[in-house]
Amino acid sequence: MSTTASTEPVQPSGARDASAFLEVRDLHVRFPTDDGLVRAVNGLSFSLQPGETLGIVGESGSGKSVTSLAIMGLHKGSRAQVEGEIWLDGDELVSMRVEEMRRLRGNKVSMIFQDPLSAMHPFYKIGDQLVEAYLVHNDVSKAVAKKRAVDMLDRVGIPSPASRYHDYPHQFSGGMRQRAMIAMALMCDPRLLIADEPTTALDVTVQAQILDLMNDLQKEFNSAIIIITHDLGVVAQMAQKLVVMYGGRVVEAGDVRDIFYRPEHPYAWGLLGSIPRITGGGDRLKSIKGSPPSLINLPTGCPFHPRCDFRDKVPGDACVTDVPELLQIGGTPHAARCHIPSPERQRLFTEQIKPAL
Amino acid sequence: MTTTSTPKSTGRATAFSERTNPVRGEVLLEVEGLQRHFPVTQGIVFQRQTGAVKAVDGIDFQLIAGETLGLVGESGCGKSTTGRLVTRLDEPTGGKITFQGADITHLNRRQMRPFRRDVQIIFQDPFSSLNPRQTVGTIIAAPFDIQGIKSEGGTRKAVQDLMARVGLNPEHYNRYPHEFSGGQRQRIGIARALALRPKLIVCDEPVSALDVSIQAQVVNLLDDLQDEFDLTYLFVAHDLSVVRHISDRVAVMYLGKIVEIAARDELYNHSRHPYTHALLSAVPEPDPDAVKRRERIRLTGDVPSPLNPPTGCRFRTRCWKAQDVCAEQEPPLVQIGAPGHLAACHFPEERDVV
Ligand SMILES: Nc1ncnc2c1ncn2[C@@H]1O[C@H](COP(=O)(O)OP(=O)(O)OP(=O)(O)O)[C@@H](O)[C@H]1O
Ligand SMILES: Nc1ncnc2c1ncn2[C@@H]1O[C@H](COP(=O)(O)OP(=O)(O)OP(=O)(O)O)[C@@H](O)[C@H]1O
Ligand code: SF4
Ligand code: SF4
Ligand SMILES: [Mg+2]
Ligand SMILES: [Mg+2]
Repeated sequence: MSTTASTEPVQPSGARDASAFLEVRDLHVRFPTDDGLVRAVNGLSFSLQPGETLGIVGESGSGKSVTSLAIMGLHKGSRAQVEGEIWLDGDELVSMRVEEMRRLRGNKVSMIFQDPLSAMHPFYKIGDQLVEAYLVHNDVSKAVAKKRAVDMLDRVGIPSPASRYHDYPHQFSGGMRQRAMIAMALMCDPRLLIADEPTTALDVTVQAQILDLMNDLQKEFNSAIIIITHDLGVVAQMAQKLVVMYGGRVVEAGDVRDIFYRPEHPYAWGLLGSIPRITGGGDRLKSIKGSPPSLINLPTGCPFHPRCDFRDKVPGDACVTDVPELLQIGGTPHAARCHIPSPERQRLFTEQIKPAL
Repeated sequence: MTTTSTPKSTGRATAFSERTNPVRGEVLLEVEGLQRHFPVTQGIVFQRQTGAVKAVDGIDFQLIAGETLGLVGESGCGKSTTGRLVTRLDEPTGGKITFQGADITHLNRRQMRPFRRDVQIIFQDPFSSLNPRQTVGTIIAAPFDIQGIKSEGGTRKAVQDLMARVGLNPEHYNRYPHEFSGGQRQRIGIARALALRPKLIVCDEPVSALDVSIQAQVVNLLDDLQDEFDLTYLFVAHDLSVVRHISDRVAVMYLGKIVEIAARDELYNHSRHPYTHALLSAVPEPDPDAVKRRERIRLTGDVPSPLNPPTGCRFRTRCWKAQDVCAEQEPPLVQIGAPGHLAACHFPEERDVV
């Protein structure tokens, strides 16, 4: 089978990307459980330059949060098995000791967690938790730290920040807790910000304000940002690069416009087809048939094959027996992991998928 | 958040036959002047009240049997509190709630028991709202046990029927929540809410944690169940596109008040309140090049606090149209435009934002 696409795999083939601020290379994360080994991340690679924003989208359970926790070094000391390399500004994080990692957290890399309750201590005042986060990396008086905390609460849009500084997490609404956590992640102007579903609990006007705040951080400190979200409107607005994950792997990657305007992977087609539109009426929403793959018994071959409508485009049983490689398309950074040759995928998208989007 | 908790009571459960089924188009639930103020206290030994968070501050609306009312608005404006009040998981500090003609505003737990079956809630978070130590079968069967209801063919069969209905494999009866994906867990929550054939379900951000494909499945499922079981929904969400798909009418809240309410398309195409305009204009379009084309209304000015809401119109500290009268008089929620379209603004006008 010959394709006009370059067959250069995007997988790292030796040399490291010297200009990258973050480079994840062939990352694997597995969890031993009573039921068997959960293969949450299976050979994930991507890189990010300073000042750049990478969006990660993909199915629930595809390994997005597990990947971010690996970058934060938060699997250390747990049962999780982490393999591969994570390079952050010259340091390799997978092999780094916990104490060293702790020193990087906050100012070198910081994370907005998907679940605000897990990131905030229920028995401490919100404001005190922010002050703590600041004092770890800054040798200043408590009063200075407190001023900074109130200022950050104000910037994320908490009303009466000086008075609500004294509230406990349960006294905040869902969205207010999320904003307090964002304030905490931004306290020390991190060089890499990982934002895992940062705005899901927020209304769209506050969301826009938070996204602006992240952009400001990026401009001011040339920070790199990873934004993980189910909201494709948010990635369209924020990201320059985009990674689509399925079953713990990248199935498609490229410039954000590649993925939105020229997607080539059948899962990405399904994803784009499921987006509800603000101009839509009360008609039924489209969804991808079937359910997410088991990560204990990952489907053989292409993990998307049990749900894919395009298997008949691939001769023989390749979809069921061979794992497709992530191949670059025409020498561009755009890459997809599917046995259908790229020109055929492009034709299918233009003729069948696009008209129905 | 915890699940709908009802104490084990010795009272007699109402039989299915005693329940009156709502007639489509009739008022199922009515809320008048509903209010919930949370006291703010200070002092370590002697707690004294120094103020109140006016989370819900006098709202009126009706739920018509068989409809879906979408509830949107700024984070912290009182949507979840409203949901908790109408399901009586929380007690109002003022106003009145009428369900099928009965005043349920201040019923105690025992008096609430028959009503509990009729009104259920689905929470946003499919992770923390399910007890990790209980099997799915036990979780979905809990409402039967609490109400002391025996169902035909046994509880197990009833639970497995429910599981099948919401798209879960009934063979997974003995599995634990962590063995399910986010979308499947949300289905467990839905199955539990459906167990006692309620009339009203409050859905508090039921799909915001899900990816768009699973979100679509769950929204379609809620739609089908509504037709099949004649359900009425109060649907709280931040995703205005999802709300447009599922709702018949939409209410917009701002700082404890409803500022606009209208039929779905009327609200999206002909909204009159500046806050609604700001909200609709901020929806990010899933199109990288469209981002620059659309004009977003940026809200500037002080974010008001429910501890001390502004006089007059509560939106005035951020409204670009505010005049003196806006600080002096609170704009009433009045009919404007099409029948059933109400807005609370001294200077309402249409604006093309979607
Ligand atoms: N500690 C753990 N033990 C066992 N399995 C785990 C653990 N943490 C995560 N997993 C599993 O790893 C998989 C990937 O989870 P992850 O949280 O990364 O998904 P995600 O892509 O972030 O999904 P979502 O969009 O729903 O947040 C899931 O199947 C999850 O159940
Ligand atoms: N138990 C409580 N004690 C004190 N204040 C509370 C309590 N519960 C809620 N509040 C306050 O009431 C207001 C409304 O909260 P609510 O949870 O109803 O908001 P919401 O509209 O659901 O917001 P979100 O979209 O962020 O979930 C907020 O200011 C919140 O801090
Ligand atoms: S490799 Fe086969 S199963 Fe996988 S996405 Fe391509 S066509 Fe579908
Ligand atoms: S009443 Fe005045 S301040 Fe309030 S929304 Fe209308 S114009 Fe703006
Ligand atoms: Mg996640
Ligand atoms: Mg809420």
